[in-house]
Amino acid sequence: MSIRISAEHVVKKYENGKVTVIPDLSLVIKDGEFFTLLGPSGCGKTTFLRILAGFNTLEGGRILFDDTVMNDVPAQKRNIGMVFQNYAIFPHLTVRQNVEFGLKQRKISGEELKKRVDEILKIVKIEEFADRLPDRLSGGQQQRVALARAIVISPSVLLMDEPLSNLDAKLRIEMRTTIRELQKKVGITTVYVTHDQEEALAISDRIAVMKLGELQQIGQPMEIYLRPYNTFVATFIGFSNLFRGTVRMENGRPAVVLNEDCVLHVPDLDESVEDGQEVIVSMRPNEFHYADRGLRVRVISSTFLGQNMSYKVAFENALAVELEDENELTEPMNYLERKLNAGDTACIMPMENKANVFTADGARSLIKGVTIYGGE
Amino acid sequence: MAANRKWKPDFWFWLTVVITLVLLVFLAYPLFTLFIRAFQNGADGSFSLDNFVRFFSKNYYKRGLKNSMIIGFSVTGLAVLIGAPLAYLMATYKFKGSRVIDILIIISLLSPPFIGAYSWVLLLGRSGFLSDLFAKAGIRLPSIYGLGGIIFVLTLKLYPFIYIYMKGALKKIDVSLIEASESLGCTPVKKVFTVVIPLVLPTLLAGALMVFMNAIADFGTPMVLGEGLNALSTMVYTEYINEIGGNSNFSAAIACIMVVITMVFLGAQQYVINRKSYTMSSLKPIKKQKFTGIGGVFAHIGAYVILAFSIIPHITVLVTSFLKTEGKMFRQGFSLDSYRTVFSSLARPVLNTYKYCLAAIVVIVILGMFVAYVSTRKKNVLTRFIDAVTMFPYVLPGAVLGLTLLMAFNKPPMVLSGTSVIIVIALVIRRLPYTLRSSTAIMYQLSPSVEEASISLGCGPVKTFFRITAHMMLPGVLSGAILSWVTVINELSASFILYSSRTITMSVSVYQQVVRMEYGTAGAIATILTLTTILSLFIFFKVSGSSEVDL
Ligand SMILES: Nc1ncnc2c1ncn2[C@@H]1O[C@H](COP(=O)(O)OP(=O)(O)OP(=O)(O)O)[C@@H](O)[C@H]1O
Ligand SMILES: [Mg+2]
Repeated sequence: MSIRISAEHVVKKYENGKVTVIPDLSLVIKDGEFFTLLGPSGCGKTTFLRILAGFNTLEGGRILFDDTVMNDVPAQKRNIGMVFQNYAIFPHLTVRQNVEFGLKQRKISGEELKKRVDEILKIVKIEEFADRLPDRLSGGQQQRVALARAIVISPSVLLMDEPLSNLDAKLRIEMRTTIRELQKKVGITTVYVTHDQEEALAISDRIAVMKLGELQQIGQPMEIYLRPYNTFVATFIGFSNLFRGTVRMENGRPAVVLNEDCVLHVPDLDESVEDGQEVIVSMRPNEFHYADRGLRVRVISSTFLGQNMSYKVAFENALAVELEDENELTEPMNYLERKLNAGDTACIMPMENKANVFTADGARSLIKGVTIYGGE
Repeated sequence: MAANRKWKPDFWFWLTVVITLVLLVFLAYPLFTLFIRAFQNGADGSFSLDNFVRFFSKNYYKRGLKNSMIIGFSVTGLAVLIGAPLAYLMATYKFKGSRVIDILIIISLLSPPFIGAYSWVLLLGRSGFLSDLFAKAGIRLPSIYGLGGIIFVLTLKLYPFIYIYMKGALKKIDVSLIEASESLGCTPVKKVFTVVIPLVLPTLLAGALMVFMNAIADFGTPMVLGEGLNALSTMVYTEYINEIGGNSNFSAAIACIMVVITMVFLGAQQYVINRKSYTMSSLKPIKKQKFTGIGGVFAHIGAYVILAFSIIPHITVLVTSFLKTEGKMFRQGFSLDSYRTVFSSLARPVLNTYKYCLAAIVVIVILGMFVAYVSTRKKNVLTRFIDAVTMFPYVLPGAVLGLTLLMAFNKPPMVLSGTSVIIVIALVIRRLPYTLRSSTAIMYQLSPSVEEASISLGCGPVKTFFRITAHMMLPGVLSGAILSWVTVINELSASFILYSSRTITMSVSVYQQVVRMEYGTAGAIATILTLTTILSLFIFFKVSGSSEVDL
């Protein structure tokens, strides 16, 4: 039976309350959903996952599975399946014994035990290793064992903390497909932690982006990518160029002025914007086209990426917000209008309908209907 | 809202409390007693520095202190001079029989403590075998008695510490460091002094500290070879015997002085190590080279000579145990007389040793696993206290520990003196720091997520400890336990103060036979002890799958 998970005003402090890692977190994970926690290192993803698992205490708020408050339920009674970054296979037990372990705790034996174990071993394609000890398995195989062991107990929730980060790139993609298919087949509520945004976009039903223990945005992958709630999300998920601009009312309709040659009539701007308001505009590297007027860029370097050309550029007549990386443009090779070299200059225009506009501090989107919790 | 989970005392909490109480009663309280007694006037029990004043005002005692210092420093220096170059040669060159050399060195380190002393007496003592032989040829060999002899015997007994520590450290040096220095034009000798020595210095110091502490704590060797020469370790005992009936305040003071000395040296060593330690993990260990030319011949001869000196005592013991005896005299020819005597009239020490040591090992294993678990996984104030207290026995010489326990448990409510329990306690406490160090190291290698995986699968924390954690710890803990076993069956200095006629152990019995000059039976018991040691080490090597011991 899968369940809905609610976190209500969860507070987590370490070191006897001296360090607050999660100040106040509320969210709802829907029944049967593949939910991903995404954020930079140290933002509290693992901490929150371990709160759900019952391994971390919480210093405030509540955790509910459906309508049951779980705060006082110890980890071994929560009926969760957990998959760890380092697999955490029991080294002294064979693959089969590893998978049987949780079922035996549930006093399942005999025919049913064997049936369920065989079935799951087959699903994750490790039946031929059933009698091996784990130290003679590859990383990918060990992770399959861990997955089988977690799922075979029919848990209410499946929790996974960066389960793929110890695998090589190719295996990672293969395993993530396996995980995704398995999750859909079993229909189990899954909370998945990663700091790999591409993985998150590919695998999730919904993503929660976190920073310093605070929720930045929850939404479907497309929503988060196309309509980020703030500049942190815009720059953390994929790359975005940020510009400073000013709102100008033209015939009662707001436009965003980057410079006099570049006035963007962004559709769906929030009604609250005022004439003269300072804003930030974010554009993805591929959301520009060449133009006669607009933003003048000087190419600093160019990199050939196979399907795309990627340019590092400096904007000469617009206020780009300083980023850690340099600003970036990419252009799909099949649309390549001209090849630019280092030192070349060009004029480009942002695509108005792709633009995202934020308040001057970058904290909030000024596009209609974009909220932290998304349009559920 | 905020229905936070209330803290409830769980299994681990109670376990921590129990361990703390046990340590308080059997370790902290005795030490406290010792300390108090040392500062009490023997006559009226008032607090004073009388005991220390007496110690430092009498030449007799000051000489004992001086002797201990001379023994400590000379043995340490000589052990480094023998052990370090030997380790370097063995680690960098291909040696004929290097594995045998390693194992023999380990055996000679772990063998009964004063076997060396008494077999050298048999060889070089008055009317000793070798001294007679050389005397016939008109050569007078130097005397084995006195300071010189003690230093000689202890050096041969303790240089293996340096050897084993150094070999471990040299294994961790990355060969590229040495190659780099060679490519920068370092000559081989300069290379050793500018690259190798600085890198292994912390380990060398740790080994030197072990040698020093063992040398000044050693009790059997000065007893057998001293002939009236006193050292701190023997004074603790003799003063205790002389004071009997009194409150042993004076020997408590001597014990305190010993503890302070070892603590000072431990502190100094820690200070240097903290400032000069490097973490090395060797990707490319040093590859052993082939010897070329005459140097190789000399190196082999040198190593074999050192080894011969280490092994001679054991061979002497073995041979004497099979000699025909008549009363205290050896006769021509061989027999099993000594063994017959042992099994007919001296079976008790043999059985006692096995019984006590087995009991001690069981306690050590269980305590070791529990303490290691709570002090790595359930850190709190109590576990920090446990960590601190359990390191104390490290600086307690055996005789001091014996005295400490005796003083604490020789009157109601807890009269343990003369019982087997007190000997088992002493054995457990002596091994405690080593046991805990190895089992905590094992715990740190086990990822907590394996335990969490088990818990998340529905297996409660306590059950998880027994079903998962304990299983994973077991191989490491067992090989540690075998080493503990080897050291406790050979324990002398604490047992010597604690034994009674009913609870006598093998090593004490060997000592008694030596004092009575029953060298045949002494040899027989010592051989049984050595054989047990060798057998246990053999099992250790099989179980741990390595040819190294971590001491
Ligand atoms: N047991 C602990 N005691 C004290 N501080 C902790 C503890 N565990 C985590 N923290 C701190 O809490 C913060 C969040 O840690 P957490 O492990 O949840 O991050 P994360 O998002 O999982 O990061 P990563 O992507 O690197 O795994 C970090 O600043 C970390 O230092
Ligand atoms: Mg993490």
